[in-house]
Amino acid sequence: MARLNVNPTRMELSKLKKKLSSARRGHKLLKDKRDELMRQFMILIKENRQLRTEVEKAINEANRYMAVAGSVMQKEVLETALMLPKQEVELDVSEKNVMSVYIPEFKTKFRTDDTNDIYSYGMAFTSIDLDGAVSALSAVFPKMIRLAEIEKACQLMADEIEKTRRRVNALEHIMIPDYEETIKFITMKLSENERSTTTSLMKVKDMVLKQSHNYH
Amino acid sequence: MYKAAVIGDSASISGFAALGLSVFRETEPEKITKLISRLAANDFAVIYITEPAAALVSDTIAKYRNSKLPSIVLIPAIEGNTGDGMRALHEAVEKAVGSDILN
Repeated sequence: MARLNVNPTRMELSKLKKKLSSARRGHKLLKDKRDELMRQFMILIKENRQLRTEVEKAINEANRYMAVAGSVMQKEVLETALMLPKQEVELDVSEKNVMSVYIPEFKTKFRTDDTNDIYSYGMAFTSIDLDGAVSALSAVFPKMIRLAEIEKACQLMADEIEKTRRRVNALEHIMIPDYEETIKFITMKLSENERSTTTSLMKVKDMVLKQSHNYH
Repeated sequence: MYKAAVIGDSASISGFAALGLSVFRETEPEKITKLISRLAANDFAVIYITEPAAALVSDTIAKYRNSKLPSIVLIPAIEGNTGDGMRALHEAVEKAVGSDILN
């Protein structure tokens, strides 16, 4: 490890000691933060995975209905049937603070409360498979919103965990050892200075005694 | 008030129109890129995009990965699942933990 480029003085020594103690405290706090983030992340990611499997399965199911509807009906008729939706989704976004990561929370609001408003077309000229596709999608929609929420949360938390881990590592493997080594260096240098002062004093004392009293 | 959008080819996403989501039928990379930035600037909190469409604009999607909104979610297209959505999940785990421990 590299020693910091400082003057070996008592002033610097006490400054460095203060820095070292706050670095140690910071390291401990960040490590705790990392561990807690990781714990929450693991819970979220498991839910995320399960939710994604469910949503993908449901959408595939709806797509299968859609494919059948598309083959039974003319493309134009199908497009027209879905052209003017009666229903409209609006989202209310709030945020939740998880270990200082702000993750979004979505709440859905529908324009009309009638659940049958998802069928924006008359039943006469459309295939029954279209109804199946639309109702399958409508059934999975709450899960899709939750998936959007949780997937964003996982991405944001993964990013924060990576950042925190870097900080912990930088403190643990670079800053703290650097401080320790510099402190050791200054302590050594100071005590060396002290010893050298003592010996030169002894020498001077000897010389003075010798001069004044003729001692050997 | 925020809104939700769906991007992809017509056959895969038409059904979402009935639910009241804003549907954008785009299949060209440049147009999707422009569309995503326009939606992000215009109060769209959630953007669902089909996996084939997302594969064309992966850079743009990566750009929004660490911003709070919008949340861009990959969904399977009518041709079936490519597994890209699940792969993104595994990437997040790898980023956070250091290795992919989901199995």
